[in-house]
Amino acid sequence: MDITIAWRNIWRNPRRTAVILIAVVIGIWSMVFMGALMRGVEVGMIDNGISTLTGDLQVHSRNYRNDPIVENSIREPELVHAALSKVLPPGAHSAFRVRLNAVAGNARHSAGVTLVGIDASAEKAVSFIGDAVTDGEYLSESDANGILVGQELLETFDTRLGRKIILMAQDADGEIASKAFRIKGIFQAEMKATEKQFVFVSGSAARKMLKMGNQVSEVCVALPGHRNSEAVVADLRRELGTGGEFEVNTWRELLPVLNAYLEMSNSFIFIWYVVMFVAMGFGLTNTTLMAVFERMREFGLLKALGMRPARIIRQVLIESSIILMIGMVIGNLLGILSVLLLSNTGIDLSDLAAGVEYAGMSRMIYPVLLESDILVSNLVVFVLGALVSLYPASKAARFTPIQAMAQT
Amino acid sequence: MFSIELKMAWRNIWRNTRRTVLTTGAICFACVLLIFMLSFQFGSYATMINASVKIHTGHLQVQAVGYHEKKRMRMVVPNPSYIASIIDAIDKVSAFTYRANAFSLVSSENRTYGALVLGIDPKGEAEVSTLKQTTFAGGYFPDTPDDQDLVPALVGRLLAGNLGVSVGSELTIMGQGRDGSMAATVAKVIGIYKSGLDDFDRNTVQIPLKRFQEIYAMDRAVHEVVIIGDTLKAIPGIKSAVMAGISEKYPDADLAVLDWEALVPGLRQAISMDLIMGVIMYLILVIVVAFSILNTFLMAIFERTHEFGVLMAIGTKPGRLTKVLVAESAMLTLMGILSGMIAGALITLYFQSNGIDLSGSSDLLSQYGISGNIYPRLSMFTLVAGPAAVFIITILSALYPALKIRRMKPLEAMSHV
Repeated sequence: MDITIAWRNIWRNPRRTAVILIAVVIGIWSMVFMGALMRGVEVGMIDNGISTLTGDLQVHSRNYRNDPIVENSIREPELVHAALSKVLPPGAHSAFRVRLNAVAGNARHSAGVTLVGIDASAEKAVSFIGDAVTDGEYLSESDANGILVGQELLETFDTRLGRKIILMAQDADGEIASKAFRIKGIFQAEMKATEKQFVFVSGSAARKMLKMGNQVSEVCVALPGHRNSEAVVADLRRELGTGGEFEVNTWRELLPVLNAYLEMSNSFIFIWYVVMFVAMGFGLTNTTLMAVFERMREFGLLKALGMRPARIIRQVLIESSIILMIGMVIGNLLGILSVLLLSNTGIDLSDLAAGVEYAGMSRMIYPVLLESDILVSNLVVFVLGALVSLYPASKAARFTPIQAMAQT
Repeated sequence: MFSIELKMAWRNIWRNTRRTVLTTGAICFACVLLIFMLSFQFGSYATMINASVKIHTGHLQVQAVGYHEKKRMRMVVPNPSYIASIIDAIDKVSAFTYRANAFSLVSSENRTYGALVLGIDPKGEAEVSTLKQTTFAGGYFPDTPDDQDLVPALVGRLLAGNLGVSVGSELTIMGQGRDGSMAATVAKVIGIYKSGLDDFDRNTVQIPLKRFQEIYAMDRAVHEVVIIGDTLKAIPGIKSAVMAGISEKYPDADLAVLDWEALVPGLRQAISMDLIMGVIMYLILVIVVAFSILNTFLMAIFERTHEFGVLMAIGTKPGRLTKVLVAESAMLTLMGILSGMIAGALITLYFQSNGIDLSGSSDLLSQYGISGNIYPRLSMFTLVAGPAAVFIITILSALYPALKIRRMKPLEAMSHV
């Protein structure tokens, strides 16, 4: 019954209700939509970070991350292999790599690069390089002298497909090893820095050049749906033994700057929720206040008839809750709808490519809806909304019959 | 003194104190937020630009045409002292220095890495970049260099770690000279620096320019003349003055003048992206606020329909009533905006002098060249832009009910309760 009465009360002044509804709807829509956009930026950055060789988690020899040299390679990759096959969930992929600093040079130019020796087929499932080759060919399984270089590196080196590039790096004996590779493919990446930094050769060629036997520098794992990396890392740590030879890290630990950004973005989204709420909260309080004061006589009469103040508070709260809920339903629907409309086309930031790269974002932004975001934003609005309606409600409850009925 | 309309309007808005306070509160809130956020954004942009150019790039650089893209050894500024004489004549230049760069193999006792060896002028560099302040282990280059000794070198923190060297260690540097000859020397690490940019700290070694020029057969040539201006605003003026000077005195020189936007192209775009995002959010906020207070304006009319009917019946022209109503909304809005501007300016000024501590995310910010506090910067623009937008939108929403009154008929209005 309360709800029926409240419903009728709301529509006694449709214009007023409509205006405040519009405020609530725009507010909620912007929470859902802008939240989804910011999440989209995050997901783009995470995907970027993960697919640019980081993966969901990595295994290294203990000292490798501080000091990435040949001596700090994983000496017994079979142990990691065994542990992975026990722990990894179905659908996960892993790749064993050689990854060391090297100097690349040709007749015209030389520069520092990261030499990545990959297992051609396993790498495809783990990182971006599998389908990043835009010109020439991908590496074959035991390519003895093929190398993949980035578009950007190719241009600074003034070279082209089929030409030679010489790589120099320190081998397992501490000597400088050098070997000529022939450019077999050219890759393009989301970031120019990636195209400049990495060169790819086959794992076997890299190991032979650097006299590494069967050692690898790192093991990279991609999990299905990029989920549960913490749990898998915990399992792997147990399996490989803590304090021992190995170090296992999630992408969050491997990319601390990205992680810091995600935390900041998280609090920013929440601040946006609160700011939007305050903006509509003023209107909501004011509107409810008006609705209460113009019915002063009515409340006085109800009280004279014996209605308890608590009941009046409840009545007013139900009314504003209904307005909030209608606003929430429409706002969420509009928000979800606009996210869906954008989710195929996305927002293309290619015109600002340099800025996008500077900020570490990806060029295409696809809004991403998270259940938790929708839940939190609606909760913020509903709880705070009910809270600010308490003020007019308590006003209504305090009208004395005589005072109220004297009012015209 | 005041017209009767203004007096009526003033009394009308105080007929319902609560409502007036809430409405001005909403407007005030929007203004405070907009003023503070805009000042914060512009303040952090200035910090970002200045911090990032002062680590290394500088505001302006004079280079050989094409050097910025290709970084070839032979693309040089052959006679930097000619450029210096041009720069000396320009106001608002706070400092400038010379640099030369060569990619080389740098080896310690048992490690070898590729790194960029920079030849810098110790005195000029200290005024242009933060190198001297960020040298944390050992010390900076001495004022009176000892030419007999090993080449002194400063090494980036991460590179020093990778090479396994500390202050006092020796480094072998091997590269190619400007003429294609072999360039090699032994250097002694005298200091280690932490610029804040990991990439820079992982890839660079710095030695005095004089020694660099000997080792790499550079003669008197350098690769970059780096200029720092007094303020960001002065940069375009300095740039065109340098360009004019070069084309007047050395029309044959193959030199380009690049400003920070060209040197770090991502920075400007990242800033515009942030600004666009901000403007969209502020617009949404202002619109929500406008709808939030539209009800106040509407109610001001509808609960007084009867009263207006009486006023019209005794001869008040609808135009006059509209005037009163517009005056009421204008007063409400102005009160909100004024209090918002005062509160917003005070809050912003407080943080402008005390800074906002963002050390929690310092890892992140140091990658963009920001360290420590961010200072919002209140300017005429940040003070006025937000409130102006609020004013326009609220006045627009107030106009709708005020115009509605023109169509009101006295008789119908009076029968309204």
